[in-house]
Amino acid sequence: MKQPKALAEYLIALADDELILGHRDSEWTGHAPILEEDIAFANIALDEIGHARLWYELAAGVTGTDKSRYPDQQVYFRPAVDWRCLQLVELPKGDWAFSMLRQYLFDAFESHRLEGVTASKHQPLADVAARIRNEEFYHLRHTRAWVPRLGQGTEESHRRMQAALDELWPYAQGLGAPLPGELELEEMVPHSHSLFMLWSSEVTQFLIEAGLDVPKSGGCVEVDRAVHSEYFPALIADLQEVAQLDAEAQW
Amino acid sequence: MVTIHSPKIALDEIWAALAEVPDPEMPFVNLVEMGIVRDVDWVDETLRVIITPTFAACPAYEVMGANIKDRLHQLSIENVEIHFRHSPSWTSEWITEAARAKLKAAGLAPPPHHSGNLVQVLLDPVACPHCDSTNTSLRNSFGTTPCRMIYTCNDCREPFEQFKPL
Repeated sequence: MKQPKALAEYLIALADDELILGHRDSEWTGHAPILEEDIAFANIALDEIGHARLWYELAAGVTGTDKSRYPDQQVYFRPAVDWRCLQLVELPKGDWAFSMLRQYLFDAFESHRLEGVTASKHQPLADVAARIRNEEFYHLRHTRAWVPRLGQGTEESHRRMQAALDELWPYAQGLGAPLPGELELEEMVPHSHSLFMLWSSEVTQFLIEAGLDVPKSGGCVEVDRAVHSEYFPALIADLQEVAQLDAEAQW
Repeated sequence: MVTIHSPKIALDEIWAALAEVPDPEMPFVNLVEMGIVRDVDWVDETLRVIITPTFAACPAYEVMGANIKDRLHQLSIENVEIHFRHSPSWTSEWITEAARAKLKAAGLAPPPHHSGNLVQVLLDPVACPHCDSTNTSLRNSFGTTPCRMIYTCNDCREPFEQFKPL
């Protein structure tokens, strides 16, 4: 197989996004505004972590490492500087509007990426994407219901949702940057830039219909995935603390 | 030197044993009728069992692997390897009619047949597994496990879960 290094980098970036997003989502467990949402968002968090695992395991296959240990090693023992997630998913959970909107913006993009990856000529990649795509269908359905509900709800819900959009929009522009390894993979994977064009017109229309003002583009924050937000070191320390107390422990 | 191989157990006896391994979360159905155990073959002296996990985040499938091994050890099959096969992806279409009846009898509405079109099938009303009424309301697309959705029946007033179509 050609370009294993590029493919491994690509897969790890996909996995890192899912894991960190799942981690942030999981912070709502026990704290969601209503019980049904506590259940729903905990499930979404769990799904994202499950998806991360699938991508990490595929990366293990590409690099010839032990699939059963690789996800844990990547998640619990890798230094923060080596992660390749987008800053969008690192941001703290904020209020409910913020988390619903972040999940929507990310999942709407992922939906386009998964469509493209299911058509990849590299069969193992296409297979994992097909797996994930049907579960993601339920996530997008969920957040697509929340965004208009809050955007058009009360004065307070609208204000919070607009504030969330104003803060998230520059970070979301980073979705359009190529993933690590993507350019070397050429036609094996869809191009992030093309996906971004599809995403941008779709979500802009959706947000306007949800009663929101879409910020003007151009104020993009850091797109280099090797550069993390100020929140990331504390997130990783929290995530890794228990496992690193005893690296040899059997769970 | 003569090497003596113990006679290998026939595959249909093995399948029958695997059909006795219950789903850890829903012990009224087994792993074969849920479409989780996909294939079994002998590779030299090792029995290979191929399973396809259902939902990506299902925490039960490692337990499933352990339970499968235990059941096969009872047949004196010592060397068992569990292989996870991800393609084709598990789909709720693989749940047999017998398993669907058992789900309903246990108060869990079975997933509808969907032929790959989730958007369409989610528009259809879901029948209450207790009273069969289709006057039901979706309360949550997500339930107590990754594979369930939560409904209430407006006629008999019972809440129930549906196995999520995937």
